[in-house]
Amino acid sequence: MGFFERLKQSLVKTRNQLAEKIEGIIKLSAKIDEDTLEELEEVLISADIGVSASEKLLSNLKEKVKTEKIRLPEELKEALKEEIIKVFPAEKLEIVPPTIILVVGVNGVGKTTTIGKLAYKFKVQGKKVILAASDTFRAAAAEQLSIWGQRAGVDVVKHQEGSDPAAVLFDAIQAGKARRADIIICDTAGRLHTKKNLMEELKKLYRVSEKEYPEARIVSLLVLDATTGQNAIAQAKIFKEAVNLSGIVLTKLDGTAKGGVAVAIASELNLPVLFAGVGEGIDDLEEFDPKAFADAIL
Amino acid sequence: MAFEALTQKLEVVFKRLRGKGKLSEADVKQAMREIRLALLEADVNYKVVKDFVQKVTERAVGQEVMESLTPAQQVIKIVHDELIQLMGPKDTKLNFSQSKVSVFMMVGLQGSGKTTTCGKLGLYLSKVGKRPLLVAADIYRPAAIKQLQVVGEKVGLPVFTAGEQDPVAISKAALEHAHRHGNDVVIIDTAGRLHIDDELMEELERIKEAVTPNEILLVVDSMTGQDAVNVAETFHSRLHLTGLILTKLDGDARGGAALSIKAVTGCPIKFIGVGEKLTDLEPFYPDRMASRILGMGDVLSLIEKATSAIDQEKARQLEEKIRKEEFTLEDFLEQIKQVRKMGSLDQIMSMIPGFSPQKLQGVEFNEKELVHIEAIINSMTKEERRNPSIINGSRRRRIAMGSGTSVQDVNRLLKQFEQTRKLMKQLSDLEKGRKKGRFRLPFF
Repeated sequence: MGFFERLKQSLVKTRNQLAEKIEGIIKLSAKIDEDTLEELEEVLISADIGVSASEKLLSNLKEKVKTEKIRLPEELKEALKEEIIKVFPAEKLEIVPPTIILVVGVNGVGKTTTIGKLAYKFKVQGKKVILAASDTFRAAAAEQLSIWGQRAGVDVVKHQEGSDPAAVLFDAIQAGKARRADIIICDTAGRLHTKKNLMEELKKLYRVSEKEYPEARIVSLLVLDATTGQNAIAQAKIFKEAVNLSGIVLTKLDGTAKGGVAVAIASELNLPVLFAGVGEGIDDLEEFDPKAFADAIL
Repeated sequence: MAFEALTQKLEVVFKRLRGKGKLSEADVKQAMREIRLALLEADVNYKVVKDFVQKVTERAVGQEVMESLTPAQQVIKIVHDELIQLMGPKDTKLNFSQSKVSVFMMVGLQGSGKTTTCGKLGLYLSKVGKRPLLVAADIYRPAAIKQLQVVGEKVGLPVFTAGEQDPVAISKAALEHAHRHGNDVVIIDTAGRLHIDDELMEELERIKEAVTPNEILLVVDSMTGQDAVNVAETFHSRLHLTGLILTKLDGDARGGAALSIKAVTGCPIKFIGVGEKLTDLEPFYPDRMASRILGMGDVLSLIEKATSAIDQEKARQLEEKIRKEEFTLEDFLEQIKQVRKMGSLDQIMSMIPGFSPQKLQGVEFNEKELVHIEAIINSMTKEERRNPSIINGSRRRRIAMGSGTSVQDVNRLLKQFEQTRKLMKQLSDLEKGRKKGRFRLPFF
């Protein structure tokens, strides 16, 4: 099953309800007027796209309605989809070994699970992967990662709970060099972006990667829970400053949340969404496809 | 998306209103646009916002602008009151079983913080004389049982585990275990699940049936967006929740989800999680949450935090000083020392009205700055500390030299101090006003 079907399938529960709503709106107002746009705004905001990003989308849409003489509701829907798709930078994650992937995010977004899935994905592609259990804070985080490591069939470097996260990464890098790993994926402790000292700790992990493995490419991925609201924008901003984010992994898209805040983030920070988490299975991680995303929302 | 404090935005809206005695419909409408935006940015559900704005508009139109309140404050007062009403009343009492072992069941989505909250709640209960037993019923997430065990060890509470068998059987066995071992509360840590996962929701129903919980608490991440309502509604309709616990409030999320869920399900918010330490669980106060949602700081929590970190005698003295408006730089210094005990600075600053974290962006509040402030105050004479108004240019230069800082640094500190003093005065005025039975300032 391809991404399109899969994401669509997992979003179907939400989608029906939402799409009906939009279709209802569009059909009701055969003529496109201010009310139509206002109701579309409601749909966008309800999808967590946020006020300012929604306004931006709609003002672009209005332009389009004028210049392209859109009259039909169906065309309006397509045009709005196009606007959403356009927001996402068209970047893909390309792995050039050796690569260090730092996986960061606030607490409980699914970092460790995402790493398990990523490891499996790369392993299937024939890459050699090592996981670094740098979440030394949360109780049993390293155990959780080890279980995912076993499932994916990759090695995990871990220390005791409470040890220095940078030291774990250091060891993982040494192991990666010795075992000629293509990819080192570093799990980090969930941290709220407002905790300055914890963000400093994260910067240190980035610096260690640069210093200890200068020839490696560093990819920083922000894991974002699709249920998150507007706070995600602040998260993305601050994590971006700290570890130079390459992109976002949007998780828990199999619920009813639409993850619309990714649109706001893409539009404000020009950050691409690289992967989408659509379930609890090890292969429930797909490359993000903006078109499928927009289709699934509208 | 820099968010200015709502108060300021409304000040602008109402600037042209000076001199008017009543709020017209147009004025209120304009203000409501800002309020709507503030609520939506705080992730309050779209529909809830709509209803709310309508209600407030009705109340606000035609209101007399009270003396000594600007129209902006007047509107905010109404909004604030309505928000409190929506979120209140304060109801943080937990239901215990009179004769048998009380059963608390924690439910929620993945990653909302159930396991940590179990530990926090257990610790909280043990402090009030209960003997809780934590129950590991999350058999799905890798290492979840281990996590609860570690948490249990940290808070010094027993943890009941029975491997990865059926959670219903685990819960039943745990209850028996509690009976035998003299535990009077069991806290069941269930697996995180999506509300649309029928099979797993059914599992919760079966646990409920098997152990008849006294409390079924939905653990909600305060950063949740518009979907919070769907989630809570489903959990509520299937399990009949008794309350909510809001987690991760130590970040800068404004927690509008709390309001939405309360509005939709009617379940009271009982506790909030405010930090990573296992002691970081507090009872919920609707008025404080209302301030937070509107981006207006949280002075009460700040004071409470201060009093818990500062010893009581000192706190009493400080209070006395604030009341008499005798707050001096010496107290400021003392306070800074105490503040450092309380936790990270930006966290504390974010509780002060007008010091929204967004506004503080770019302003580095690091520990070094505090060292400078301490040095500056230490370089002042006692007289200067008591009466900063005598600090003239030459004194400033001397202080700067003495503390190894610049005159600008000294100026900044004095300004900061003046602001703090004003804030304190406002607070004590508020206190006096309350005693005389006058209206309250809206944003505290």
